[in-house]
Amino acid sequence: MRELSLHLLDIAENSISAKAKDITIEVIEDLRIDLLQLSVHDNGYGMPPEMAAKVVDPFVTTRTTRKVGLGIPLLKEAAEMCNGSLELTSEVGIGTNIVVKFQYSHIDRMPLGDITTTLLHLLVANPSVHWIYKYRFNENEFVFDDEPVKAEIEGLPLSDPSILNCLREMLQSGIDDARASNVS
Amino acid sequence: MSTIKSLEDLKKAREEALKKRDLKASSGTVQVIVGMGTCGIAAGARDTMKSILDTIEKDSINGIIVTQTGCIGLCEKEPIVQVVIGEAAKVTYGKVTPDVAKKILLEHVGNGKVVTDHVLNI
Repeated sequence: MRELSLHLLDIAENSISAKAKDITIEVIEDLRIDLLQLSVHDNGYGMPPEMAAKVVDPFVTTRTTRKVGLGIPLLKEAAEMCNGSLELTSEVGIGTNIVVKFQYSHIDRMPLGDITTTLLHLLVANPSVHWIYKYRFNENEFVFDDEPVKAEIEGLPLSDPSILNCLREMLQSGIDDARASNVS
Repeated sequence: MSTIKSLEDLKKAREEALKKRDLKASSGTVQVIVGMGTCGIAAGARDTMKSILDTIEKDSINGIIVTQTGCIGLCEKEPIVQVVIGEAAKVTYGKVTPDVAKKILLEHVGNGKVVTDHVLNI
């Protein structure tokens, strides 16, 4: 995977598999402290401590179709290569938190990539999950909560062409705006 | 500075969508499922998904439910897309690049013609 937004999609999939009802995704680009941070917070099944400790091992997975899982180990390695870290905390019945940090300016840091597509995709393909997206660029924050959106479009699927277009623009303009107001 | 799209815009979009839907009677539900395990994502499933969403948006295709699934154990065939139309049997496609995804939407979902060269026999 060549973009961090693809990794983000991948770890959010774990939250979906854990039957989380609320998933919060946060992306922070803070140039002032040279940090790029991704985090996913869910209220899914959670894991016992021994499983949480082992999940960064490529030979641990909850999947039954195959006995290896690579998502988290790959991301952990990518973060550590960039003077960063991956921390996972989890509690059974409460949920799981993953925080991944990268040195923003590190030469090996993958680009963030198309974050809007990742977010739009998760939102549209998993309508039963309550999604909250937080994006922060230095001190400017953009927060997107899908609850008012879903209430507003009542009775229409999120994959309706006009709705899709509007959602994409909401996400994109929110992120662009947070980024743009810093340049001046 | 661009203006942030607001719920007001969404309301307008909704009204527009409802008007269009009234004109076009839906012909049974269409479900498009994209495989989104680590294998799928690594093989380019997000681009496939993007192509599906873009096609729905640009060609104004109504009545499609887009969902996703995890790894189904056919990692070497990813990206995998499944199409279920009404009561008809599920069709599973493999190696679905963004172009193939567009073709599936326009030919299979649009005209009921299965895109045979990408069908997986499982």
